[in-house]
Amino acid sequence: MHYTFDIERGNFADAGQASSSVKRTLKQLGVAPANIRRAVVALFEAEINAVAHAYGGTIDVDIDGSKIVMVVADQGPGIPDLDAAMQEGWSTASAKVREMGYGAGMGLPNIKKNTDDLKIDTKVGVGTTVTMTIYLA
Amino acid sequence: MTVKEIIEKLQLQCLNEANLDAEVTGAYASDLLSDVMGNARSGQVWITMQTHKNVTAIASLRDLAAVVIVRGGMPDQDMLDHAKDEDVCILVSQDPTFQVCGKLYEILK
Repeated sequence: MHYTFDIERGNFADAGQASSSVKRTLKQLGVAPANIRRAVVALFEAEINAVAHAYGGTIDVDIDGSKIVMVVADQGPGIPDLDAAMQEGWSTASAKVREMGYGAGMGLPNIKKNTDDLKIDTKVGVGTTVTMTIYLA
Repeated sequence: MTVKEIIEKLQLQCLNEANLDAEVTGAYASDLLSDVMGNARSGQVWITMQTHKNVTAIASLRDLAAVVIVRGGMPDQDMLDHAKDEDVCILVSQDPTFQVCGKLYEILK
């Protein structure tokens, strides 16, 4: 099964819609609650990252009997220092985003913790593609 | 302890009735959204002073029993509409975070 969602820059109000929709689908498919939780945490964080930092993007979710693959691809500034970005507490979020309770530098660490496989392709000035895989076995 | 019993014991204002008979398994207090996303557990009550729509998104995604907004904070209309759509119970306390946590700890421990 394949699902696609659009991400709009700065649209925090609708952030989480893709995650909600994926959660409903996984529930209907009878996926174990622990795996639903991991998928939802990772996808929500990636969605928020794209809304907060990028200029728009897409979310592609593929679900089959053995795994969930979620790809969040944005056109954005890219991540200049990916090692730093993976550290808990490191953030480049704006004051406005921090006021909302984001920008604690926990997004990428949350994604890493909740996925079995994480691949981040990023190019400064071009964008970032985050590929997150959860195995259902 | 159900959500309804907590509303009575802490004299909370209920802005969106949902899951009133849900069993509360504990509570998590934080204003950092990724902290809650990553560390709260389903069935817990979330204590926060954040009042925007992403709060209901997280409460719903993580199957939290209810959100308690501290110090009389008022959610924006977007958040209330979203809470209705997603069946998230929204409660308000006039107390600050520390007092709400203390009272909840006493009745949930």
